[in-house]
Amino acid sequence: MKKDNFKTVIAGVGGQGLITLTQLIAESALVEGSDVRTSELHGLSQRGGSVETHIIFGRKVYSPLVGQGEADLILSLEILEALRKIHYADSETAFLINGYSLPYSGSPSDKEISDMIKKEIKGEKYIVPASKICNEKLGKEVLSGTYLLGFAVYNKLIPLKAESVLRAIERLMPDKYRKINKEAFKLAQSS
Amino acid sequence: MQGALESGVQFVSAYPGTPSSEIGMIFGEIARKNGVYFEFSANEKVAMEAGIGASFSGMKTLVAMKNFGLNVALDAFLPFVYTGTVGPTVIVVADDPSCYSSGQSEENSRAFAYLGHVPVLEPADPEEARLFTKLGFEISGKFNVPVMLRITTRVAHQRMPVESGKIPAGKKTGKFVKNVHKFVTMPPRVLEMKDELLEKIEKIRSFSEKSEANKIISGRTADKIGIIVSGVSYLYVKEILKESGLDIPILKIGMFYPLPNGKIKSFIKGLKKVLVVEELEGYVEKEVRALAEKTAIEVHGKDLLPVTGELGTGKIAAALSRLSGKKLKIKNLLETEGRKLKIAPRFPRLCEGCPYWLVFAAIKKLAPKDVIWGGDIGCYMLAGYPPHEIQDYLLCMGSSIGIGHGIAKSTRQKVIALIGDSTFFHAGIPALINTVYNKSNPLIIVLDNRITAMTGHQPNPGMGETGMGDSSENIKIEDIAKACGVKHVKVVDPVNFKELQNVVKDYLAKDETALIVMRKMCAYYARKIKKDEKR
Repeated sequence: MKKDNFKTVIAGVGGQGLITLTQLIAESALVEGSDVRTSELHGLSQRGGSVETHIIFGRKVYSPLVGQGEADLILSLEILEALRKIHYADSETAFLINGYSLPYSGSPSDKEISDMIKKEIKGEKYIVPASKICNEKLGKEVLSGTYLLGFAVYNKLIPLKAESVLRAIERLMPDKYRKINKEAFKLAQSS
Repeated sequence: MQGALESGVQFVSAYPGTPSSEIGMIFGEIARKNGVYFEFSANEKVAMEAGIGASFSGMKTLVAMKNFGLNVALDAFLPFVYTGTVGPTVIVVADDPSCYSSGQSEENSRAFAYLGHVPVLEPADPEEARLFTKLGFEISGKFNVPVMLRITTRVAHQRMPVESGKIPAGKKTGKFVKNVHKFVTMPPRVLEMKDELLEKIEKIRSFSEKSEANKIISGRTADKIGIIVSGVSYLYVKEILKESGLDIPILKIGMFYPLPNGKIKSFIKGLKKVLVVEELEGYVEKEVRALAEKTAIEVHGKDLLPVTGELGTGKIAAALSRLSGKKLKIKNLLETEGRKLKIAPRFPRLCEGCPYWLVFAAIKKLAPKDVIWGGDIGCYMLAGYPPHEIQDYLLCMGSSIGIGHGIAKSTRQKVIALIGDSTFFHAGIPALINTVYNKSNPLIIVLDNRITAMTGHQPNPGMGETGMGDSSENIKIEDIAKACGVKHVKVVDPVNFKELQNVVKDYLAKDETALIVMRKMCAYYARKIKKDEKR
């Protein structure tokens, strides 16, 4: 199942820019001439609750949803939310996680989270302080999604070319956000 | 949207509701440029009625709403199917299997096809939604009947490359040509209309038999298994067959009502087992079962697939595997069920700076312990989650007042009913009139955040702005309340926290219907406006 279409699940908390990141990945795949389908949810659940989106690209895509154990990449914008998506993973699934935590009443402690990550994630895992880096270097935490996509592309966690993503940013983003998104994306090259 | 434009749509009305809200949002942006009239109506019933008036005047019309909206609009919709259309009309109705954004019930709007004898098209993805919208206008034009386009969350919020065709330039003005025979449903004419409608449906069935909307994808029938599938499930089935290398014939039902019985019969002929794959209640399965009667064909569906919740490749693969008695070569799908970790849920919460924080804090503090909290549809449903936990019932638009009245009449408990501005305009007003008229005493708190916020910030009648961005009469909730006979009405800005508390204290003591308008703009929207101004 891993050879043909590439399946990504993005996790995070409502308001972190998941839908923009989803569109950016989809547009990048379109730039490369792939077939793409994505699925997302809108509405009240998105106000600071757990959210996820799915992106599948490849030669011919039918289902807009990633099935259990089918994900090639799980990209999470928040550390705990990655663990909520474990059922989409198998031993070959790569996890790329923003080392950033949005605690809430009843959330597990940092130690519990890191224990769970050690125990539950079997495949490759990368925990990158994307929010911190984007905040320090670009003054905008919300760019962490674009930064993580850069990390995934430059470390070959996702089969997309850097040029394709940069073209997609051109196509998708309004003028004033283009430059800073490109910077965030390229920033990941040097890390 | 694209399909409607390509069909030359002239009149569009909508009331927002996830997952249908974006249709109205986009028409609001592009209507003027494309010479289309668009409105956000006060509720779905009046959206439907506006659309009916437009169709009667010869306009090509589209009306969009979510499933519960059709419940509200049903009173107008059913007779409209009887009278039929003049201008071709498509009604878009969005269901939400798994209730990702729907509190009330897991509604399967396909059932309305039987109730109303309305043709129903069911696309699987955005490209098909475009094509089926055009087909809907074609069928409506040919048979003079409104057509329902039924979508689901996974169709509405799916993205894929979509083709775009030519958009014809349409005329902007229609003409109402009087025709009492057609537009007045008084008996005994109404029964003739029903007979005419049933005749139309049989003609549409013949059309459906030949339509490409219902297509057979042939496969080798070595095991003599076949799949009949509708809606987004088609994509899941195709995915499973592709991944597992199975070759099974598929009949894809694009037109749910009326079903192409002949095509179904010829498809199942010679098969041993048929699996009907559809989300929610198994309506197609029942029809197929009836058509397979007195044959040796086994019809399966809801015996192997759940009635509740959306489907996906995992559930369908398991059903197919049980039916064929074979292990499908898709181990992941079948083996990783139940791996979800137990982590305390992250509830959605009010945005930073949301004025409801102040309102909820004050009323929770000041209300008597045994107060009954009435909830309604909007962001303030979050009142039910921690840290607020002030929501004792929640059903449907406007019902915080309507049910609150019933509780107030039946008990000695005080009721506080929360309702938002858009919901008040939508369905709160008749309930308010009933409350005053029948001498009830709830405290009604209208959370007026100056916009329909939950569904993504659509304008409503209290804002002085239409769906196309024209300025309009700013209809004041406090004036309506006074006109409805409410004696105790106050408007408070929650930022004035002291005043807010005093008014709540004072009004809780009233033994008549009392109403406070908490007026403060949605914080998220306020930030958005500020950002747009800077741009």
